[in-house]
Amino acid sequence: MSTPILEIKDLKKYFPISGGAFGKSKGAVKAVDGVDITVMPGETVGLVGESGCGKTTVGRTVMKLYEPTSGQIFFDGEEITNLRGRAMKPIRSKMQMIFQDPYSSLNPRHTVGRIISSSFEIHGINPVGGTKIAVQELLERVGLNPEHINRFPHEFSGGQRQRIGIARALALRPKLIVADEPVSALDVSIQAQVVNLLDDLQQEFGLSYLFVAHDLSVVQHIADRVVAMYLGKVMEEAPTAQLFAHPRHPYTKALLSAVPIPDPRVERSRERIILKGDLTSPANPPAGCVFSTRCWKATDLCHQVAPLPLELTPGHRVACHFPE
Amino acid sequence: MRRIVQSFEESKGMAMLKYVSRRIAISIIILVLISATVFIIFNYLPFDPARLSCGKHCTPEIIAGNRHRLGLDVNWWVQWWRFLEGIFAGRNYGEGAALIHCGAPAFGYSFTQHECVTTLLGQALPVTVSLAIGAFIMWLVLGVTLGVISARFRNTWIDRLSTVFVLVGTSLPTFISGLLLLLFIVLKFNLISPLDLGTWHSPLTDPWGWFSSYFWPWLSLALIYAATYTRFTRSNVIETSSEDFIRTARAKGVSERKVLWKHTLRPALAPILTIAGLDFAGLLGGAIITEQIFQLPGLGRLTLQAVLQDYDLPIIVATTTLAAAFVVIANLVVDLAYALLDPRIRIS
Amino acid sequence: MSNLLDVKGLNVTFPTVDGEVRASVDLNFELNRGETLAIVGESGSGKSVSSLAIMGLHNRAQTLISGEVILHGSKGSTELISASEETVRGLRGKEMAMIFQDPMSSLHPYYSIGAQISEAWAIHNDGSKRDGMKRAIQMLDLVEIPSAAKRAHEFPHQFSGGMRQRAMIAMALVNNPSLLIADEPTTALDVTVQAQVLQLLQNMQKEFNMGVILITHDLGVVAEFADRVNVMYAGKIVETAGVEDLYYRSMHPYTIGLLRSIPRVDQIDNHRLDAIKGAPPSLINLPIACSFAPRCEYSSLVPGGLCNQSQPELEQKEAEHFARCFLPAERIAEVRS
Repeated sequence: MSTPILEIKDLKKYFPISGGAFGKSKGAVKAVDGVDITVMPGETVGLVGESGCGKTTVGRTVMKLYEPTSGQIFFDGEEITNLRGRAMKPIRSKMQMIFQDPYSSLNPRHTVGRIISSSFEIHGINPVGGTKIAVQELLERVGLNPEHINRFPHEFSGGQRQRIGIARALALRPKLIVADEPVSALDVSIQAQVVNLLDDLQQEFGLSYLFVAHDLSVVQHIADRVVAMYLGKVMEEAPTAQLFAHPRHPYTKALLSAVPIPDPRVERSRERIILKGDLTSPANPPAGCVFSTRCWKATDLCHQVAPLPLELTPGHRVACHFPE
Repeated sequence: MRRIVQSFEESKGMAMLKYVSRRIAISIIILVLISATVFIIFNYLPFDPARLSCGKHCTPEIIAGNRHRLGLDVNWWVQWWRFLEGIFAGRNYGEGAALIHCGAPAFGYSFTQHECVTTLLGQALPVTVSLAIGAFIMWLVLGVTLGVISARFRNTWIDRLSTVFVLVGTSLPTFISGLLLLLFIVLKFNLISPLDLGTWHSPLTDPWGWFSSYFWPWLSLALIYAATYTRFTRSNVIETSSEDFIRTARAKGVSERKVLWKHTLRPALAPILTIAGLDFAGLLGGAIITEQIFQLPGLGRLTLQAVLQDYDLPIIVATTTLAAAFVVIANLVVDLAYALLDPRIRIS
Repeated sequence: MSNLLDVKGLNVTFPTVDGEVRASVDLNFELNRGETLAIVGESGSGKSVSSLAIMGLHNRAQTLISGEVILHGSKGSTELISASEETVRGLRGKEMAMIFQDPMSSLHPYYSIGAQISEAWAIHNDGSKRDGMKRAIQMLDLVEIPSAAKRAHEFPHQFSGGMRQRAMIAMALVNNPSLLIADEPTTALDVTVQAQVLQLLQNMQKEFNMGVILITHDLGVVAEFADRVNVMYAGKIVETAGVEDLYYRSMHPYTIGLLRSIPRVDQIDNHRLDAIKGAPPSLINLPIACSFAPRCEYSSLVPGGLCNQSQPELEQKEAEHFARCFLPAERIAEVRS
């Protein structure tokens, strides 16, 4: 068994809610509340869920953009939970992030060349053959014209900007890429191009992805394993094929059945579960199972006792008292 | 059902009350801190009022005597405490036959003008308030109206004309526009007699005299502010009209007139309220230049005299604290008014 | 001719300093009561622009609109493009209503939900404020907002995303319109909430017997909801057909490409996605050619480089099935399979 590239153990991230005359804390939003995730080398783990489920916070905490409240994060076997500043720097070069909105994550005043080469500068790396050649190679690798090295972000289309973001992330030859909704802002015909690019890069560089997304169809395509979150907790985790074919947590089941399928006959003939009510606020999670307020199977037990994740079949963990 | 609605309304009222009392408490704390800051600052300035008030034939003894008389022979925090005490309890200066009493609220005693500062403030304040209120109303009406009109008729000649006004207004400093008004209009056409400049006409007994003596100072102040407000109103109205909820209003079939008056102006003008409140409070602290040009004996002139002539510390402390107090109070009022306007702030 | 809406030769053009942006070109379609027409396309395809033109919501001074839009309302037919602003305003919110993508920014932050719905009612009806509020609460109840009488007095920021869109729907339907335009109504919503709102829209459509124009980029939503589909690309309709024909017998390379490029939750796949190469063209000064030709896999099948020289018309490929492509129907069927 090889060492996981990323291992998250019982991760918690609470954001204090401040209020009152002197900004004293009035409680906390439990954005992430005890999450375990493992990513193996070369693997893509999809992290799915709806807004407020904490998936983005997990991604950012892994990148140490947020300090975790408690729990442990291991990168390639080394604990990085409490690493800061200079100690974190060598890790950062091996762990990169791609963002949802490619435009706002690129400095509009810098040329593409400068944006990508800044990664080299920050980490004091002199690429073989010079920075410019390296940047041009990267541009070419992500499907952009290397001659556009002196253009500015606004001169590119949405899909091209996302490619720039990918090139920047790739510059330091990372082992892990945390991709936060990397294709959600893109048009349908462009999404497939970027998904394919991510696939190719994984093959070529042996990358691992933590792929955070709300779009289940994209995750189905790209992920090897899927973790479904709801209100800061993991509801279900399984190999992709298993999770999509046989979801065992009522939430995952409802989530999957809510995704419209682009096939009229299939779409109109299938049974769908329509959940009652809206997403609960993570500032005020229900007692017991966090999903119990919207679950059609919930009993008194669910309202009182939070279920622990159980491995029902190898690799298939479900946090539910009454799995399907 | 009705009961639910009622209790809901009540809890909303309670929340509002809590918010208001919290804001008032914070404002009081800030005022106390400001007055302390003023004392600290003046304590460390390289001036010695005791020395300045001493005159030509000065001996160390006289200076020490002056220092004691002025209450400057103790630490700044004792001075500060006495100042606070005086506001609530009144204060005595000097001893024996020379004892002078200033009743509460006492802000100190000016030894150069031989007058309780409160009395001086009482004379200056009506002048400054008159100046500020009139100018405020004038620039608000002028600025907002012009702004709305030029937003409504964007890119027409009306809009361009108002842009010229904005450019001229914002680039002319008060001392130029004020002087120009004074020299070329007021004095040339005898609109105010130069002898009458600075005479106080009470708005209660002589409203026309009050109005005519303040009209030109108002105008000179208002022109500059109005230009800024025109620009700000115009851009706010234009920005708000491109909001999605304006499109929704049109999709409902709301008439263009109502789209402007009901849907656009309220959110567009709310931020202007904030700035207007603070600008008004700033003016209440004294419009030094305008008061000087039109020889109005307001707070601005009082302060300027106190600084220029004899470094009259009690007056400076009082006017500075007062000016700060106006800003703090305006802030409070503006925030409360904003909460009334914008439900997102009201309930949260 | 249809019994609700006829759009004939609709053009929407925005003059800019760089040239004319032809956002929507020669649009022709019709819609019947009780029917759902989906308009599918990517950003810049002209799908929203054309519906705003139907509603008369473009700034007339900055937009060139030509063509005919005839609305057969409950009080006779009106041609909307040439009609006076006043006439169109009387129909907006009454005969035709619209809901938008982002319900948060589409609701006025300063007025209560009830007041906003009641305003929509009061514009087109005589009645007191109290009547309006009553009607608003009734509508909120209809769109399944719990304790509607209480929540009518709340403000948009106190509602969740799904409830805001329900409130928007209540507002749009308050005058019982015959046409509803839904512009990406569920795009900003979470998927479980999207399912609720789509179901609600379907129920409301049945209840009010409305014609619905559903503007979306989501081919899943179209498959669930639409009767007929217009696919738009670079300002033009490139294919129009009944929903099953469109999905199972696509006649335009763009439609074929789109359907192939999207992964599905019900089919586990590991192969590469069939992406359409390239990106949509800029709408300024489009050359006279098929706009999709530079991205089309099949343009080489058309003899003589025709695709890059002239513009294909929207031609009938099968019964009730039109596509803007030079390839004959049999050839498309071949390459499709």
